[in-house]
Amino acid sequence: MLTAIIILTLLATVFGLILGYAAIRFKVEGDPIVDQIDNVLPQTQCGQCSYPGCRPYAEAIASGEANINQCPPGGEATMLALADLLGVDPQPLGTEHEAEPEATVAFIIEDTCIGCTLCIQACPVDAILGAAKQMHTVIESECTGCELCIPPCPVDCIVMQPVKQTAQNWKWPYPIHTLEARK
Amino acid sequence: MIRQLFQYKGGVKLPEHKQQSTRLPIQKAALPQRLTLPLQQHIGTPSTPIVEVGDSVLKGQMIAKAASLISAPVHAPTSGRVIEIGEYAIPHPSGLKAPCIVIETDGNDAWCDHRKPVGDCHDYSPDQIRDYIRNAGVVGLGGAGFPSFLKLTLGNDRVVETLILNGAECEPYITCDDILMRERPLEIIKGLMIMKHALVAKNCVIGIEDNKPEAAAALRGAIKELAVEVEVIEVPTRYPTGGEKQLIKILTGKEIPPKALPIEKRVVVHNVGTAAAVYRAICLGEPLISRITTVTGALKKPANYEIPFGISAAELLAQAGVEESSVERIIHGGPMMGFSLNSVEIPLIKTSNCLLVTDKKTVPLLDKQQAHACIRCGSCADVCPINLLPQQLYWHSRAKDFDKVQDYNLFDCIECGCCDYVCPSQIPLVQYFRFAKTSIWQAEQEKKQAELAKERHQFRQLRIEREKAEKKARHKAKAAKVAANNSENSDKKQAIEDAMARVKAKKQQAAEASPEKPESGGNT
Repeated sequence: MLTAIIILTLLATVFGLILGYAAIRFKVEGDPIVDQIDNVLPQTQCGQCSYPGCRPYAEAIASGEANINQCPPGGEATMLALADLLGVDPQPLGTEHEAEPEATVAFIIEDTCIGCTLCIQACPVDAILGAAKQMHTVIESECTGCELCIPPCPVDCIVMQPVKQTAQNWKWPYPIHTLEARK
Repeated sequence: MIRQLFQYKGGVKLPEHKQQSTRLPIQKAALPQRLTLPLQQHIGTPSTPIVEVGDSVLKGQMIAKAASLISAPVHAPTSGRVIEIGEYAIPHPSGLKAPCIVIETDGNDAWCDHRKPVGDCHDYSPDQIRDYIRNAGVVGLGGAGFPSFLKLTLGNDRVVETLILNGAECEPYITCDDILMRERPLEIIKGLMIMKHALVAKNCVIGIEDNKPEAAAALRGAIKELAVEVEVIEVPTRYPTGGEKQLIKILTGKEIPPKALPIEKRVVVHNVGTAAAVYRAICLGEPLISRITTVTGALKKPANYEIPFGISAAELLAQAGVEESSVERIIHGGPMMGFSLNSVEIPLIKTSNCLLVTDKKTVPLLDKQQAHACIRCGSCADVCPINLLPQQLYWHSRAKDFDKVQDYNLFDCIECGCCDYVCPSQIPLVQYFRFAKTSIWQAEQEKKQAELAKERHQFRQLRIEREKAEKKARHKAKAAKVAANNSENSDKKQAIEDAMARVKAKKQQAAEASPEKPESGGNT
């Protein structure tokens, strides 16, 4: 009887110490699920999900506050990836985002630009170059196409243009052929 | 010694259609007025132009340099003047435009003077030979266009047992290698010897399909003439024997694992055309500025043409006597792996091995009109030379399930089209695989872009934080300064107050000394 109690107490102490040590030694900083969700998101930082950027949206999803279907730039692929990651059922996207979104980049019509720097302040990825009363321009390779620079522009000189297709980024089309029963 | 040949699994027997274009000797294409040279005629990074609009260029002069390790320079195919550097349609299934250098030819065909023919390649080290080959812009002429000097670089264990020259040319209709072997066997064997020297290879083998006896005989004659040790081996005619891994399997019995390079198994394969190009680069000092292209199919005189790069397909077809009215479509490359051209106004480049003209009568091998449902017969898996399961790949590609499709080793598919050819339901399988491959590449690209955007966004956030902190610090400093100023002022005030107090005290003392005076004054 006594031996049993002693052994169990000893075991409990040893395991408790191991667990305590592991908790300190292998402590995970931050929330790993937020990082994982953030990695799936397209990082356009556009705020169309109603959160100020991709990471806040990831945090909202992790806390169960937001749905997984609020990311229009990511489209269906992102929604499915999130559903897969979180083990939840896929949710339908809003009707206006059903089609695969076309990749676009902002373009500043330089004749119209007055150099107000408002768009520079709005750009979440610092992809606009310019200074006060100097013409601005968009660095095409860094632009995520979030459209956040469009509303602040007082002279409406920013337009969205489709990303230029080259032989390098061209994609074979999905084969379209009519399926027909043999007669 | 009779070499034991091996057999790879799969493959198909195809109608050859090769006789028609080998009746005539190699024809020299007439020099057109304009040559349009795309900056990318190879696998890798596009080259960087080193000439400007208006510059005069001579034949063989480098006009664009290699932009990175995996890249190849471009040379002027003839003398003339650069009239434009702009975007033109290139031979690509997309029909998209890409940067090109346009040369207006002057008809003199004058060579540049810094040609440096190397006498005997054995006087030079393999590294020097590789450098020469690199600067001559030689790329694999079998179809892929991989820079050749890279494939002449030794692997980790620095041993090459077998150097294989690929003269199989298994795709129907194409005969450019066949005619080259027949007419210029010496060039090929000399080029092979240079490659052997560069790779320090132990032995050399040339693999030729047994439907090209003339080519094999010509090569054997050249080997005898040069008294070198090279084995010419006839392999059974079967598609796709000309595939790199398939030919290695047949000749050596070695299987190259997925994602591995042949060099890891101590084997290197080069095309016969590349060997001839290497010979010209080293022994004649001529960079790669022309190649042999087969023009065949529905035309009166199918033949092989030696073309300068940059000649437009329309020009070559006109020279070959193709009547545009009868043409249904033009295929760049062979009937199995080539692609239809949207327009004939495209330049022919280093990888243009064939132009196949089809009319309403000649039916190309892969003409998918109407697909039926997959009946899961398994024929595609039987013929797949890579041992893949095309049926499963099709299933998952169609469902756009790109993770699954990669589990089935999509990226090992060489797009040979055997599965397409045998499919009784006429399903365009390779189209699905190409769609899946390019979609996956695009997704990877987007992932990279997203990483970059994330990094930049985080940096911006950090910057804003930092600026805020700096602003706060500045405000604090200013406030402290104001406070300090205030305290300085208060010292003065204090001094004034003190002085006032002293004055008051003095007055009081004076008043105490003679109290009546003010009081009397007060009373009056």
